[in-house]
Amino acid sequence: MKYDLVIIGGGPAGLSAANAAWEDGCRSICIVERDRELGGILNQCIHNGFGLHFFKEELTGPEYAGRFVEMLKNTGVDVRLDAMVLDVTPEKEVHIVSSASGYEVLEAKAVVLAMGCRERTRGAIAIPGTRPAGVFTAGTAQRYLNIEGYMVGKRVVILGSGDIGLIMARRMTLEGAKVLACVEVMPYSGGLTRNIVQCLNDFDIPLYLSHTITDIQGNERVERVVVSEVGPDRRPIPGTEMVFDCDTVLLSVGLIPENELSRAAGIEMDARTNGPVVFENMETSIPGVFACGNVLHVHDLVDFVTAESARAGKAAAAYCAGVSLKNENVLDIKNGNLVGYTVPQHIHMDAEFKAVDVFFRVRAICHQSKIVVKDENGTQIAAFSREHLAPGEMENIKLPRVLLDKAVGSITVSIEEEK
Amino acid sequence: MTNIICITCPKGCHLSVDENNDYAVTGNACPRGEAYGKNELKNPVRVVTSTVRVEGADIPRLPVKTDRPLPKGKMMECMALLDTITAQAPIKVGTVLAANILDTDVNIVATKTL
Ligand SMILES: Cc1cc2nc3c(=O)[nH]c(=O)nc-3n(C[C@H](O)[C@H](O)[C@H](O)COP(=O)(O)OP(=O)(O)OC[C@H]3O[C@@H](n4cnc5c(N)ncnc54)[C@H](O)[C@@H]3O)c2cc1C
Ligand code: SF4
Repeated sequence: MKYDLVIIGGGPAGLSAANAAWEDGCRSICIVERDRELGGILNQCIHNGFGLHFFKEELTGPEYAGRFVEMLKNTGVDVRLDAMVLDVTPEKEVHIVSSASGYEVLEAKAVVLAMGCRERTRGAIAIPGTRPAGVFTAGTAQRYLNIEGYMVGKRVVILGSGDIGLIMARRMTLEGAKVLACVEVMPYSGGLTRNIVQCLNDFDIPLYLSHTITDIQGNERVERVVVSEVGPDRRPIPGTEMVFDCDTVLLSVGLIPENELSRAAGIEMDARTNGPVVFENMETSIPGVFACGNVLHVHDLVDFVTAESARAGKAAAAYCAGVSLKNENVLDIKNGNLVGYTVPQHIHMDAEFKAVDVFFRVRAICHQSKIVVKDENGTQIAAFSREHLAPGEMENIKLPRVLLDKAVGSITVSIEEEK
Repeated sequence: MTNIICITCPKGCHLSVDENNDYAVTGNACPRGEAYGKNELKNPVRVVTSTVRVEGADIPRLPVKTDRPLPKGKMMECMALLDTITAQAPIKVGTVLAANILDTDVNIVATKTL
């Protein structure tokens, strides 16, 4: 089977890329999704808080996804559900397997990677203790509860203060569980402030910052956990142990972009984002292969996923129509003081654009700061002030073409705190 | 005096609201924080999102929400009421499943087409 564009993953990223590519005239598109429905992780995110930027109203996850699925119905985009992509080759052959049609190879002119991310698991962070039942990632518990209708426990301790953990603290409480504590190893929360307030404070659930679980005990099922304070080196401080009797531990310790396919295809990866290195049009190191959404870098707001993925979809449509950019006149974006990563990492200066949106995360909480962009000579080409920057909130700046044209060599984004 | 965090913008100012002094707000960096602080103490409201039983669909739960915020103190009563609802598929997003619940003008609506 041949398509102009094959999109891997039917979450908000894949949906937005498909709609945008169709709008730009691409008429041969296929979305491949391994789940039984489109929408990705949004199907289990039944809480509200989606779409404030894009639709200017507060929607739940299923409502947000539903709007894009409706838009897709007015296009001729093919959708294959229950179909898993096993392999993508540099020649853009997409190998898929499904119960409906077995093994198949889709030949594409362009590919959009939109596989999203998965949760870090207990093994990945290695908590000491026995291995009883009752330890779940927060997202798994969310799926059990919101889609299958099962409660995973009655007395819960949450490790990590990422948004999914916070959302699950409220959800489990509303469903009758007792959430005893949310424990975060860092001195600040990894989640949005609104989630701290509406998911923990509303229900008097204590948040222990600079604390971690040092032991999980229980034979068949979790019976208790030991929580200790940690020092600045993030090591437990002896003598600070607290014991919680609980039957369930939920882990909300971060997400990892799901890039097995990208790596196997030989796409250049960024160790800071765990996603592909991309240009301003979301193109990876393989021309005609684009990446967007959580597979590229972990997003907290789906609205940004939608916008980023629309850019990928448009660029893929342009590629299919014969526009290909040479990787010659390239401007690199480097990370300076307190900047953890940037997306994109490179800009095609030969491309047509008015401005480039650069997304990044800071490595620590900063008050009253300036985001400064300098070129290789140290000349400042742009600066933006911010009252507040936090690792839990993705930042973005817009760099107009006229300023980028002035830059010599590469550019560096850094944070200067104004004390 | 009650201490709360303003969630109107990402700065997250720590506000103190004085119930005994006409809900005077301190700690806010801007006027929006004052409005938020007063409201949060006088009449805090929340949108409730949850699921209800559904029959005739591939999945056993239908996601729902209150179509407008409910007084915070009524959240648990609202959850108890949701336990009594069984929806029938096919159902469209936005369908009202229970109207004017708990003597408010709030409705329970489906958030997914099944
Ligand atoms: C629990 C949780 C709560 C959140 N809360 C909010 C919030 O309140 N507000 C907000 O704005 N944002 C929120 N977000 C963020 C937002 O939902 C995500 O950023 C967004 O869903 C990412 O979209 P995506 O399409 O990149 O990934 P996903 O939604 O994960 O979609 C990826 C899709 O790709 C499919 N896939 C992966 N690999 C393959 C393969 N090999 N073959 C076929 N298909 C494949 C997957 O099945 C999945 O459907 C939340 C995220 C999570 C996880
Ligand atoms: S008081 Fe103003 S500045 Fe402070 S968090 Fe609220 S809205 Fe933001």
